[in-house]
Amino acid sequence: MFLTLGYLTAQDHSGHGHDHKGHDHSTHQGHDHSGHDHSGHNHSGHDHSGHDHKQNAAHHDDHGHGHHHCDCGKHDDKFDAGKIAFHHIMDFNQFHVFGDFYVPLPCFLKSDDGFKAMLSSSFGNAGHGNGKYAIDRYVMVHGTVMRIVDSSFPMGKVEVGCYGHEDIMKDGKELPLYTVSYNGKCLELHEKSTLDGGILGGGITSFYDFSITKNVFTMLLGFLILFLLFRTAAKAYVTRKGMAPKGIQSLLEPVVLFIRDEVAVPFFGHKADKFLPYLLSVFFFIVGLNLIGQIPFFPGSGNVTGSLSVTAVLAVFTFILTTINGNKHYWEHIVWMPGVPAWVKVILTPVEIMGMFIKPVTLMLRLFANITAGHIVLVIFVSLIFIFGGAPTMTQAGSTGGSILGTAMAIPLTMFMMAIELLVAFIQGFVFCILSAAYIGAAVEEAHH
Amino acid sequence: MTGTLAALGAGLAVIGAGIGIGNIGGKAMEAIARQPEAAGDIRSNMILMAALIEGAALICIILAFFI
Repeated sequence: MFLTLGYLTAQDHSGHGHDHKGHDHSTHQGHDHSGHDHSGHNHSGHDHSGHDHKQNAAHHDDHGHGHHHCDCGKHDDKFDAGKIAFHHIMDFNQFHVFGDFYVPLPCFLKSDDGFKAMLSSSFGNAGHGNGKYAIDRYVMVHGTVMRIVDSSFPMGKVEVGCYGHEDIMKDGKELPLYTVSYNGKCLELHEKSTLDGGILGGGITSFYDFSITKNVFTMLLGFLILFLLFRTAAKAYVTRKGMAPKGIQSLLEPVVLFIRDEVAVPFFGHKADKFLPYLLSVFFFIVGLNLIGQIPFFPGSGNVTGSLSVTAVLAVFTFILTTINGNKHYWEHIVWMPGVPAWVKVILTPVEIMGMFIKPVTLMLRLFANITAGHIVLVIFVSLIFIFGGAPTMTQAGSTGGSILGTAMAIPLTMFMMAIELLVAFIQGFVFCILSAAYIGAAVEEAHH
Repeated sequence: MTGTLAALGAGLAVIGAGIGIGNIGGKAMEAIARQPEAAGDIRSNMILMAALIEGAALICIILAFFI
């Protein structure tokens, strides 16, 4: 039954797009979908189109619920390399290792009902990163914690049904709407609050998420590794005073000297020592996390430097340092450029003020886009195996010949890309460092005209 | 339709950045060939300039996909 349904789903999928509204998809409760039930239970609001077509005459009964339809089961339709790549670069409340095995991470959630701390594993595992239970109205959807909007939903640990996801039009924008089924009803879910003010489709919702997510976990790991490395090296300078560097010392010393001689001294001159700690911290933080992101399995693979929030904070540090260290000449050149006619100054001042903000924005976007693009390309290259294999669904095997051809292409391409990414990891760390130095250096430079 | 236009816009931005970075790389190679002893300075300036051009291209790409 599973194979048949899978085949029918795949067959019908192409002409169907991802908008299922043309058909009657009211809830089909009471059907037995056990054969291909991935999320485990209660498949109300099921939408496998192939299934519908096969039996459309018999089952066009309309169980109107007054709610919109739960669009469950859409996620396991067909192999979609783009979707998998975007999934890979996102941040999650649990760490996916392989198959259905997840490393639990602590969740710290704050809502009107108070503060809640728990492990992500307490949501249970219903496959695909979905949780089995709702805990105090929180649910785990595809590895991300969300909250049931309906305040009449029982608190405590409650078993819930399948999760749905559709795009709805709101204020002329296409926004995702997540739902969960419970007792045959379709309940709307809130995503966590974000501070983007709706620019990236987020906003303040009913709860805040302060969890140790996958990215935070990777960042802490990076801190730990860097701390141990530098602690060892720093100790060695005390215990081996006056002797030639050895071990980790000889790994780190050339890099530190390179940053000092090639970045700090040319831009800051005699003030180099004041800014060197910041430049070194930024450089090693970015390079370290870029390299951890290159490890394709468990402790690695987190896309930390490819997360806009992380790069935004780094860029804000540079912006703050530029602004508070800016001397008289710096501000004079921004607000009232000397040596040009007055009417040019009127044009130049707004441009210079915009430039003040565009500099950190480009810093943020450059690092984010480079690292994210690298991760996406790597995942797409690995996906070639499955694309050439031509598997009709994600849980079914494709053709062996196609898979072998795909593998033969994927291995050299992935290795090539990994080598490029190794280079990019260092170049982007260096570029962030040298541009920060250039921006701060321009603000502290003495006048010479 | 909007997606196609965004992709076209991103592509145009990349063409511009490609020409720019190509020019930088080419000139830097010429400069290093002429003065090999200044290779270190030229290389770090080359990376700095390429990064600045890349920034302009990335703003275009990001805007193309967000608007």
